[in-house]
Amino acid sequence: MVNMQSVLTILALIVAGAPIALLGILGLSALVGRRLSERTTSGIVQLAIFAGLFAALSILAIMLVNGERHIPIDVGNWVVVPHYHFSLKLVFDRLSVPFVILSFILCGTIGAFASRYMHREPGFGRFFVLYALFLSGMVVTSLSDTIETLFAGWELVGLSSALLVAFFHERPAPVRNGFRVWCVYRVSDAALLIAAITLHHLTGEGDFDKLMGTGPDSLGWPLGKASVTGNQALAVGFLLLIAAAGKSALVPFSGWLPRAMEGPTPSSAIFYGALSVHLGAFLLLRAGPLLESSMWLCAAVVALGLITALFASLAGSVQTDIKSALCFASLTQVGVIVAEIGLGLRYVALVHILGHGFLRTLQFVRAPTLLQDYRSMENAIGEQLPHMTDPLQRLLPERLRLWIYRFAQERGYLDSFLDVYVVGPVLQFFRRCDAWERQWTDWLSGDRSRESDQVTAVRDAFDDLL
Amino acid sequence: MSPLHLPLLELLVLLPLAGAIVVSRVRDSHRARLWCLLFSGLTLVFAVAAWLDLAFLNVTEACDPWDTVFRFSGRRFLVIDELSAPLLPMVALVYFLTALTTMRTKTRRFSFSMAMASEALCLATFACRTPWGIIALLTLGTLPPFLEIRARGRSTRVYVLHMLLFVGLLTLGWGFAESEGSGRVHSWWAIVPLLAAVLIRSGMIPLHCWVTDLFEKATFGTALLYMLPLPGAYAAVRLVLPVAPDWVLRSIGLVSLTTVVYASGMALVQREARRFFCYLFLSHSALVLVGLEVVNPIGLTGALCVWLSVGFSLGGFSLTMRGLEARFGRLSLTRFHGLYEQTPALAVCFALTGLASVGFPGTLGFVGIEMLVDGAVEAYPHVGITLVAAAALNGIAVVRAYFWLFTGTRHTSTVSLGIGIRERLAVLTLAALILGGGLFPQPGVASRFHAAQLILTDRAARHLDDASDLLPPKVGATDAHDSAPEHLDP
Repeated sequence: MVNMQSVLTILALIVAGAPIALLGILGLSALVGRRLSERTTSGIVQLAIFAGLFAALSILAIMLVNGERHIPIDVGNWVVVPHYHFSLKLVFDRLSVPFVILSFILCGTIGAFASRYMHREPGFGRFFVLYALFLSGMVVTSLSDTIETLFAGWELVGLSSALLVAFFHERPAPVRNGFRVWCVYRVSDAALLIAAITLHHLTGEGDFDKLMGTGPDSLGWPLGKASVTGNQALAVGFLLLIAAAGKSALVPFSGWLPRAMEGPTPSSAIFYGALSVHLGAFLLLRAGPLLESSMWLCAAVVALGLITALFASLAGSVQTDIKSALCFASLTQVGVIVAEIGLGLRYVALVHILGHGFLRTLQFVRAPTLLQDYRSMENAIGEQLPHMTDPLQRLLPERLRLWIYRFAQERGYLDSFLDVYVVGPVLQFFRRCDAWERQWTDWLSGDRSRESDQVTAVRDAFDDLL
Repeated sequence: MSPLHLPLLELLVLLPLAGAIVVSRVRDSHRARLWCLLFSGLTLVFAVAAWLDLAFLNVTEACDPWDTVFRFSGRRFLVIDELSAPLLPMVALVYFLTALTTMRTKTRRFSFSMAMASEALCLATFACRTPWGIIALLTLGTLPPFLEIRARGRSTRVYVLHMLLFVGLLTLGWGFAESEGSGRVHSWWAIVPLLAAVLIRSGMIPLHCWVTDLFEKATFGTALLYMLPLPGAYAAVRLVLPVAPDWVLRSIGLVSLTTVVYASGMALVQREARRFFCYLFLSHSALVLVGLEVVNPIGLTGALCVWLSVGFSLGGFSLTMRGLEARFGRLSLTRFHGLYEQTPALAVCFALTGLASVGFPGTLGFVGIEMLVDGAVEAYPHVGITLVAAAALNGIAVVRAYFWLFTGTRHTSTVSLGIGIRERLAVLTLAALILGGGLFPQPGVASRFHAAQLILTDRAARHLDDASDLLPPKVGATDAHDSAPEHLDP
């Protein structure tokens, strides 16, 4: 038994350590200015992916053979002082193992694809550093057994995603979109961190198995009972829902997803089509027992999922480019997955995530050759592909149809709503304060106090970037 | 008190002073920088040696083996303890890296001799525990920026007004406190001026405008050297924290918390890079003060960790911006500059140090901010939530600046604008400290925890004395202990 535990610990360390080692190698070489060749980079990426995937599959095999549902691996305390500790704990259970295997397979596929797709791109090295950062974040998030560790992985995913959206950074549009993604992710991160702190404060625990009652003594995920009351679950669950909504582009944060398609196709495929967009759903799955503690919370999750699915379905139906259409199709499925989670169908949601992730990756990777694919199909059947129209459309009055069309075309006015009613007032308040400060320092100085005015234009910086 | 093996503390002060004299006599600015590097480099070595010496002695505080001041005055003027031990190398490193990364284009404008004199004063302040000594050194420390602003022909009124107020209130407050004796609860006359002085020096709202004015009118190097080591926080720990009643700490905490949010919001709307940095810095400076006033071991440890993180991460951040300014002049944040292709290493350093300052995972600031928020939530839950919101705003502001400066277009230049070996050395040093401290935080956190415990023990001892002074004689120590601040951990 001791030997088996040692083997599991070593395998777990390989699973978590391979992406981190990859990030270390690629990141350090970039930092010291020693760029690796494309061939070397691809080789190291493949090695890390194979090592991590092999170890994850080995753990899965051990779990199946031994009939174990929950294997916690205590790596040790990262920081420990009296009254405070930050422990590094990994968990291999029915949720984390499929998710981490999904991450390795899809990242491996896209790594191989990107090494050709990005061939001789000036940012080849930068792409793979961000790729490694993303993979590390995904693996850490998937395997984390404490909410603090999950938060660390969550932030890594956020940063890498925003920088990948802005990958073609010599153009303004990708940068603006990357910044939008980053803003939404920061809101999501803040909500998750506040939820983590609140949970810690309420229960004195940060471990999922104790918070959610899914530890070795219970039957493991998805069964368990949260160690908080219904009202506490509602408050914390609401924060987790905001975090999940930000990460999974649920309403009202859906605006960032089509913007994320500005990044290179490989990153769009894997990050926003397959993995990153499911991370919110993963968080809700992990916090499943907490959701069950509050009926209102479950209802909110179902409602948010269905609203998102409906919105994405409408918006997707009027898109004219393949990547936007695919991203809204993704979002529709994510909305359905979230609704399934709210209804308590955990295994259905998990299987849905896995299937959807693989399918969507394939579709995104094939997206650049869509016209070629259509031509092949039309050649095969000898005529043009039939144009499908929805019979429901004919039942709706003309004005309503036009309104729905405009609503879908404007993507539900979600971005405008956030800009006008959330971002706008905040910025306006601080700009007013800035003007007052200028008057105050001018008066104290007895002249114009700001030399910096000479280097700034009159345009508004934040709005322009958004 | 245990003596160090060598008179390192006196050397820490005398060496930069000697450097200031030597450098002031050198006419050629290039040679002046070399001398400055030599002296500040040696100072850095001695600062690290003093820290290591204290660690090897395994004591909580130590002094020089033959203390000249002690021989004449009977008071230990320079002392190193668990609080100041890592702060001294941090200060020395910031000065060294500032001198190291000063480019040729800026060597005529940046006064190396003044920087060395300022380093001597700053190190002396951080190694001093005598209240009047700290007040005198903080007062002297206000001079170099004043002289520089005046020499540049800019208006000194905002700076002078605030610094006069700061020095006056500090002197007045401590004068009252001393006249009331150390064994009793101090009156409002003593506490309120001290409180106001600390808030002014730390740049807390509404008394922060002198900081933005300083960044506008002094050179970037001088402004950041004056603010970055957080002498205001040091004054708070040495002068206010031990004697202040709980309501004073809550007041400082409230003002600091407001400043954290206000400055992070203001950083978002700034249109020029230096002003943006100034507000980002103010937000972090206030963050440290919030942690100091939480007064529980975890919050205080977090604050002390964030203090170091601010020194290294915002130090690196500001040096990166200074490097950019040296190449491209003052930088607007209203248009894309696209500098990534020209200076990729500076872009990486900018992103790394900026993210470290907002507590990104794997960097020096992560655990510090986690502990600070954790400690704040223990004391006042709403404070923790506000801090998280402010950290989110700061993160947005940092990435916004990154995008404006390094992306959005392609900057073309006929000459190479890449970093040289000196700047690369600075980048790698900072990266090693930020990532090393972030990935292996235990030694740093444990050291800061000991320092926090010492501060709290000192404060508890004084408050117990005060409490026993006020209580009737029949009330025993147990009751006095019960009336001790609730923040003391059992």
